Amino acid sequence: MAVRLVFLGKLADLAGAPEREVPGPLDWGALVEALAGDFGDALESDKVKLAVNGTLLADKRSLAAEDGDEVALLPPVSGG
Amino acid sequence: MTKNVRLLSEPFSPGQFVGPFTNAHPGLGGVCTFVGEVRGDEGVEALELMHYAPLTLAGMNDLADRALDRFALMGVLIVHRVGLMLPGEPIVLVSACARHRRGAIDAVDFAMDHLKSDAWFWKREKRGQTWHWIDPRPEDHADLARWG
Repeated sequence: MAVRLVFLGKLADLAGAPEREVPGPLDWGALVEALAGDFGDALESDKVKLAVNGTLLADKRSLAAEDGDEVALLPPVSGG
Repeated sequence: MTKNVRLLSEPFSPGQFVGPFTNAHPGLGGVCTFVGEVRGDEGVEALELMHYAPLTLAGMNDLADRALDRFALMGVLIVHRVGLMLPGEPIVLVSACARHRRGAIDAVDFAMDHLKSDAWFWKREKRGQTWHWIDPRPEDHADLARWG
């Protein structure tokens, strides 16, 4: 078991894959550290949002994911 | 009031949805429909829309509910493509019917502004055999801000 990270949009290009597994538990500091090599400071941007198991976090820095959780990294959207 | 929200991964014909939607609301005063297609200019060879299943359809449903709450509608229809599309293919269809035209027209405008820059989609274009992610434009955010 692990925490599954899902990268949307251009973040999948930065990560080099649409998904990645990292060991839990995972808080904000651990996420930044896990992705620092690929993402630089892209995660810190207020434009990148997080959802845990399909629920958007109002404050991404409050992240507290456990093994088995899915954390989605959501860059600015563009549809239509 | 009726609500019909679809996320499609295959090409669609707007008429296949708008016809039945209109017929399902006898007594309507007006129906307003917008269809967005992949533009054929600027050397765009293809367009791809990515979504995130746990959020995208639920967000579209919430948007349809807000349109129904905000405007005097009899029904609203929202259809959005995901996946790979070619120039000329429909990406999005929004249709609203109402007793009076203003609600229908405004509801479609409202839903489109939210689908462009406040719905869980990510868009990239293929130009010169290379894929480019499309960031929302400042105009898209200004359009959205009109609705408060």
